[in-house]
Amino acid sequence: MEFNPGAVLAPVIDWLNANFHGVFALITRVIEGVLGGLEAALLVLPAFAVIAIVVMAAFFAAGLRVAALAAPCLGFCWIAGLWEASMQTIALVVVAVAIAVAVAFPLGILAARRASVERALRPVLDVMQTVPPWVYLIPAVMIFSLGRVPAIIATIVYGIPPMLRLTTLAFRGVPNDLKELGQAIGAKPRTILWKIELPAAKPTLLVGLNQCILLSLAMVVLAGLVGAGGLGAEVTRGLTRMEMGLGLRAGLAIVAVAILVDRLTRGALERKPHVG
Amino acid sequence: MESNEVLIDCQSVWKVFGERSREAIRSIAERGLTKRDILGEYNCVVGVSDATLQVRRGEIFCIMGLSGSGKSTLIRLLNRLIEPSLGRVLVKGRDLSTLNAGALRETRARHIGMVFQSVALLPQRTVLENAAFGLEVQGVGRDERNRAAEASLAKVGLSDWKNRYPRELSGGMQQRVGLARALTSDPEIILMDEPFSALDPLIRRQLQDEFRQLTKDLGKSAVFITHDLDEAIRIGDRIAIMKDGVIIQEGTAEQIVMNPADQYVADFVAGISRLHLVKAHSVMIPVDQWRLQSHGASPDGLPHCSPEADIDALIGTITGTGSDAIAIADGGSIVGVVTTRSLLLGVRGEPEIRAAA
Repeated sequence: MEFNPGAVLAPVIDWLNANFHGVFALITRVIEGVLGGLEAALLVLPAFAVIAIVVMAAFFAAGLRVAALAAPCLGFCWIAGLWEASMQTIALVVVAVAIAVAVAFPLGILAARRASVERALRPVLDVMQTVPPWVYLIPAVMIFSLGRVPAIIATIVYGIPPMLRLTTLAFRGVPNDLKELGQAIGAKPRTILWKIELPAAKPTLLVGLNQCILLSLAMVVLAGLVGAGGLGAEVTRGLTRMEMGLGLRAGLAIVAVAILVDRLTRGALERKPHVG
Repeated sequence: MESNEVLIDCQSVWKVFGERSREAIRSIAERGLTKRDILGEYNCVVGVSDATLQVRRGEIFCIMGLSGSGKSTLIRLLNRLIEPSLGRVLVKGRDLSTLNAGALRETRARHIGMVFQSVALLPQRTVLENAAFGLEVQGVGRDERNRAAEASLAKVGLSDWKNRYPRELSGGMQQRVGLARALTSDPEIILMDEPFSALDPLIRRQLQDEFRQLTKDLGKSAVFITHDLDEAIRIGDRIAIMKDGVIIQEGTAEQIVMNPADQYVADFVAGISRLHLVKAHSVMIPVDQWRLQSHGASPDGLPHCSPEADIDALIGTITGTGSDAIAIADGGSIVGVVTTRSLLLGVRGEPEIRAAA
């Protein structure tokens, strides 16, 4: 006897496709719109101008060292001839991370407050992190067809677990006496969340955000496979044509973007607002 | 400053922890089970057992107990950080359990300040911002709350430190900020949860004196938790001693030292110096008895002291005048006589003085 869950799921996907086509079309349109806008914004200026702006921003947000690192990282993407692809990838990662955080952050807080929520989420997160993305890309492509939307969904699915887990950990780690203080001075739950818990949870939350960003970046290789463009597409092209040079250039560009984004977020977020 | 107005009225309050606490509480109410029965039958821990106390306006009420005695649970019942399992807590005549979430927040924000053993300062905020935090969450504007916070920082002597961060301050200074934060909202009652326990002895003593002085000057009431009987005696107008969740004795320091309720309290007070604690009225013997002992001599010729003179002052009088007895005069009439013998017994804290009196 053989059990085939696909036999159960495939009709469901077909049914969804037939009956909710409008919804999916809308999702596609929204994501495409946001992505396209962001891409256009990144590409409207010449590369050297964008690099200059990023270096300046890095200096003010994260200090001299990160600024000094930003120039060669982006510079490599430019001189390797992958500027447009790099910007596409960055846009993809930004949108995916924003959605992943929007989903993971509230759920993570809820899981920190209620053990039952955490128990329910844990196996789901395990599945999300371990099932190879190629597997759930099949229904995603069936519903949204090839392109950036299934790619971004794969990236989001991959980015949610680390953010969610570390959000839960961060809020669990808020010292109990600080929460008690909030209650004792008559603060509303929302005030306690924003003014006491969030600042105390910040360091761990930042680790979560950082992990979310890096894992999302790692996912863009796959995004190329389903036709999302960007650096992933270049890697895929290098692989399928056995072009060592192209593959290596695109791979190194991903590394450069990853290093930049990692140092930039870490530097910006770890920086104390004003050290007294 | 002291009046008889009761600010906190804690009536037969119980707190039972555990999965079956509901059943346990029912059987306490119906069958009058004891702590041990509850642990045995329901596997529930009784944190606070039938605690009744009243805190009056202008009074510092100390709750003394060792760790695990339930004192930290008890103080959290007074502002409903912990829900009582049974019994009522009235703050300014209002039953806390009847308040909805908003009214409870209002009561905590306006009437009950709290200071924690761990200080609980927010590390990312300056001293001033920490001190103003209570008013900030109440939605008071920046200028007004900063003014109030500066005033209360001045009261604890930290005006020069208002722009520093908590990590730059010593432990004692941090705890002053904690106190200033509680004072900024100008509550009538301040709950002090072992605030000085983590400080070294010299700083602790200094803060004890300052705290008592400040509380009296401002006319605040305070509930002060401590595991240190010396501290309770220095600070408290009245002291409750807790053991295993039960208040085993309540009274002034003098009452507790002179008349311990049981062996546990007696062991505790054994090492306490009586010099400034025990007053003449506790160690004097009746005039008639003294006449009998001294073969009819009149106490008029003796040096005089008031009934409120402490043992230290009485020793000073006896050694200074060379007399072996002191007449205790209250409003012109002599109410008793302190002899050298009664004084020595008083120093030792012998209850038999009362028996003899």
